[in-house]
Amino acid sequence: MKILKIEDLSISFGGLKAVDRVSFEVEENSIYGLIGPNGAGKTTIFNCISRFYTPDEGKVLFTSKTGEEINLLDYRVEEVIGKGLARTFQNVELFKMMTVLDNITVGLHREMKGNILFEGFKLPMIKREEEKAKNKAREVMKFLGIDGIENQPAAAQPYGIQKLIELARALVSEPKVIILDEPAAGMNGSETKELAKLITKIRDHYKTTILLVEHDMGLVMDICERICAINFGKKIAEGTPKEIQDNIAVQEAYLGKGDEEDA
Amino acid sequence: MASFLQNVIAGIETGSLYALAALGVVLIYRVSAVTNFAQGEMAMFSGFVAYSLWQRLSLAFGNTHVTYIMAFIGALLFATIFGFIVEKVFIRPALRGSLVGKMIITLGLIMIVNGSAGALFGTDTHAMRRAITTPSFFIGGLLIRPNAYFIIFLTLIIMFILFYLIRKTMFGVAIRATAENETTARLMGVPTAKVSSVAWIIATILGATAGILIAPATNVHTNMMADVHLKSFIAAVLGGFTSFIGPVIGGLLIGVMDNLVGFYISAKWRTVIVYGFLILILIVKPAGLFGKVRRKKV
Repeated sequence: MKILKIEDLSISFGGLKAVDRVSFEVEENSIYGLIGPNGAGKTTIFNCISRFYTPDEGKVLFTSKTGEEINLLDYRVEEVIGKGLARTFQNVELFKMMTVLDNITVGLHREMKGNILFEGFKLPMIKREEEKAKNKAREVMKFLGIDGIENQPAAAQPYGIQKLIELARALVSEPKVIILDEPAAGMNGSETKELAKLITKIRDHYKTTILLVEHDMGLVMDICERICAINFGKKIAEGTPKEIQDNIAVQEAYLGKGDEEDA
Repeated sequence: MASFLQNVIAGIETGSLYALAALGVVLIYRVSAVTNFAQGEMAMFSGFVAYSLWQRLSLAFGNTHVTYIMAFIGALLFATIFGFIVEKVFIRPALRGSLVGKMIITLGLIMIVNGSAGALFGTDTHAMRRAITTPSFFIGGLLIRPNAYFIIFLTLIIMFILFYLIRKTMFGVAIRATAENETTARLMGVPTAKVSSVAWIIATILGATAGILIAPATNVHTNMMADVHLKSFIAAVLGGFTSFIGPVIGGLLIGVMDNLVGFYISAKWRTVIVYGFLILILIVKPAGLFGKVRRKKV
């Protein structure tokens, strides 16, 4: 089943068409990669899917947690995560002054019942729910191997751990699709290999679908089942890693045209 | 010794009210990124509501503790709606506006609230009753004013509840997340519009409480909060706008210093000495006593 269908997505900033009629479909429980040179429009597409931007045209059809197909563009930013789509950020966006555990429970806000205004007054019921939330957060931390730092400030953690905390914050909402925006950025070779294993493990353990924007070609070719290549806001190729590697348009986008090199 | 204690307690009494008002200012500043200059005027309006309710109820049912408590609660209910409406009508539409634009809106709000209070309640000065009317008495050389102890006790409880909410609950997580990074909070599913609305409601209630409790000392009139409001801002700056505990310490410090300097050094020069000293503190710690300076990596 296709869990996410992007149809004719377009968005302009001023006169610049950042994304131009891009369409692709993501199979459920797969790892799907979105690649392209710097400034190709990858993150913009992600931002449209997660509703941070509202595209000028197109649809983002998503099979939500309840099983119905919805157009995410009909929902507000803060509602998207509750529908089952969570994301991480290219530049780690943690709440630096809060503890690691608090950071992760932020991802659960959509699921909390109870009116937030009266939360402090309905103690027993809310307390149970909060305990549940915290336990869920601890479970995810354990899965990612970052347990034991619950009460430390997020800002005190090294960069690699901060990325994992952000991942935990997305995972704790039990998303059906999780969007990773350049997870390997700033990592060295062995760290990237670890990350590749981890992403596959997340997919298998949480039965989730992963959409990945990445510069690291090795990582993308390694773990993605299908890849969509973007250049100048347009889709230039789609297929398996092998097909993408052999695609002339993709090679040109990354390496330039052959005759240019001679000149 | 007795007079020293006397002054410290009186300082804590007024200081805790500055602290309440300052908490409201900081809460709004952190969650909606607006410095609410109208906080004092809004508290004054709620004070008038409390006074009018108390007058009406007393006329109908007699001047008892019950009518006072009902008026107090009525005014807090009013503050709840008041804060909600102000956020919805004046602040929400300007959400994407500049900081200066939003500050000017709250300056305009001062005019609107003050003008409406004058038109609705008149410009006369009214005496408000104390929360605790038990007369003062001496223990040894120490004058015990039950109302002062009640005010300190009540504000402590309110602050305790507030800190519990902010530090320990999921709602607190939402408030702190929104305060630190509104965009990311929204992307992670925090209903930030609701959080901002609740912050305004809480802040208005805090201001109203400070207003009603200070009213017996200042009387109820359209400028009753001018002094408290100014000092609550100073308390917030002194303690640091980036922390919630800072404004409380700042408020208490100002209250106590005001009294001690006035008693031991010079009553005439106390304002100059106290605020001169505060400027010195800010030179040493520009982000406030508890303010955190966040270094940005480059």
